Amino acid sequence: MSILVYIEQSEGKVKKTSLEAVSFASALAAQTGEGEVVAVALGSIENQELTSIGSAGATKILHAGDARLDAGLIQAHASAIAQAFSKVGAKTLILAKSSLGDAVAARLAIKLNAGLVSNVVALPDTGSGYKVKRSIFTGKAFAETKLTTENKILAVKKNSIDLKTDGNAATVEAFEVELADSDFASKITSTERATGEVLLPEADIVVSGGRGMKGAENWGMLEDLAKTLGAATGCSKPVSDIGWRPHHEHVGQTGVKVAPSLYIAIGISGAIQHLAGVNSSKCIVVINKDPEAPFFKAADYGIVGDAFEVVPKLTEALKAEL
Amino acid sequence: MKILVCITHVPDTTSKIQFTADNTKFDTTGVQFIIGPYDDYALARAVELRDQTGGKLTVINVGESETEPTLRKALAIGADDAIRVNSNPKDSFFVSKQIAHYAKEGAYDLILMGRESIDFNGGMVHGMVGELLGMPSFSPVMKLDVDGSKVTMAREIEGGKETLEASLPLIAGCQEPIAEWKIPNMRGIMSARTKPLNVVVAVSDETQAVATSYELPPAKGAVKLIDKDNVSELVKLLKNEAKVL
Repeated sequence: MSILVYIEQSEGKVKKTSLEAVSFASALAAQTGEGEVVAVALGSIENQELTSIGSAGATKILHAGDARLDAGLIQAHASAIAQAFSKVGAKTLILAKSSLGDAVAARLAIKLNAGLVSNVVALPDTGSGYKVKRSIFTGKAFAETKLTTENKILAVKKNSIDLKTDGNAATVEAFEVELADSDFASKITSTERATGEVLLPEADIVVSGGRGMKGAENWGMLEDLAKTLGAATGCSKPVSDIGWRPHHEHVGQTGVKVAPSLYIAIGISGAIQHLAGVNSSKCIVVINKDPEAPFFKAADYGIVGDAFEVVPKLTEALKAEL
Repeated sequence: MKILVCITHVPDTTSKIQFTADNTKFDTTGVQFIIGPYDDYALARAVELRDQTGGKLTVINVGESETEPTLRKALAIGADDAIRVNSNPKDSFFVSKQIAHYAKEGAYDLILMGRESIDFNGGMVHGMVGELLGMPSFSPVMKLDVDGSKVTMAREIEGGKETLEASLPLIAGCQEPIAEWKIPNMRGIMSARTKPLNVVVAVSDETQAVATSYELPPAKGAVKLIDKDNVSELVKLLKNEAKVL
């Protein structure tokens, strides 16, 4: 019996969160004696990228190289993963929590008659029954969830497990997927993607700006800081509403939820809806000239001061140190 | 066109999250409930589409009688009628089974809902209902236009968006900026009182993944303030104390 892992890729590169999912599956296999970890990768992926999946703990990779699977088409991905699940005789599917992952996993839950838990933050308790801890209320609480089905699907939240890097090389096997016309119920007519930048949901460090930045023209300063740190840039809701920054950078309750190691908030007061998007960060730094800004209560480190003065100094100090 | 919008009844985004003494239930004391913010976007777009193409807009919720004010608000915003499946929403699978049953009965062309609920953040119901009905599902959808049976959507992907074309019937999990939230006006509030709100029974009792207990994260320690003229101190702390650089 094997544990199957659904690998997500973006432009041929395996996502780090998917490698976390492989690490999670590997730890789970060790805990339950559930045999080997088989990863299934869809679409065009470079060979060296497939190697990293082995290092994270998979012993076998099923690679369906059909280029029609490059894009994240929900129906087609769900069909392909269901075929892999029955091919390897798996009882458990692990994947990374993401907007595509959730959508695909939900269809698979029905196809495979599998109980699905998303936002999983720890290995399940398999002592008696099967209990899984997941994050709820946008990171403000946790729920213990009891799975009662034989087949199970767990979508793992980012940064919930240390990335395994000492696994052996995995064997790569070509995997023929049978796709029907009904799997392609939609046609992608165009894709716009910021290239060459660190993607926000995946980023390990995030630098975010709020209304305190006073205008779109002042973002260069944040970008300099982000570049120095290898960070992604984000913003508060008012900033994307005004149009200073694109919507996909909006961090918060109804925007992107991030879980980086380090979140630096500049000129953001810290409304509860913004905090809901960042409360899974390991370390939060707040720079704000208002000492009463509510964000300081949620921060690990804070500087009370004018962003226009502090941020360039911080960038210089980091350049000297890193 | 017949449109169905699935509505969650969730604590206001500013609510303090706490649980009952034995940690088995959400503590609703002093909590105000609202239409899920993502569902509110879906509803706003559905009202626009109904006004543009004609037809009928129905909202559905799986919940006990306390969710009726939330459904009445959806009627005030512009839905024509409402269905309440009279049961505690036990898990996403349970909720999806109910919605799929009543959606099939009503033969809707378009089913919209939020990309996820803001209480359990599952983001599963659109996919589950889609698979149960054999209908394509899309999420997170940030733009949706209907022209005859052709649907053009923009879906958010990491770092950008893609534009998709598909045909009715379909299901979409929505998010901003698909439409602006609509605030009910006085006429809407008055007419909502007399619009039909049909209470129906749950059709299946099956569950797969039920939450059994809850906990809060450990309290955060006090912020460490660093002088604005000594930013190199912050760099040292991030490197040596927090170990995040």
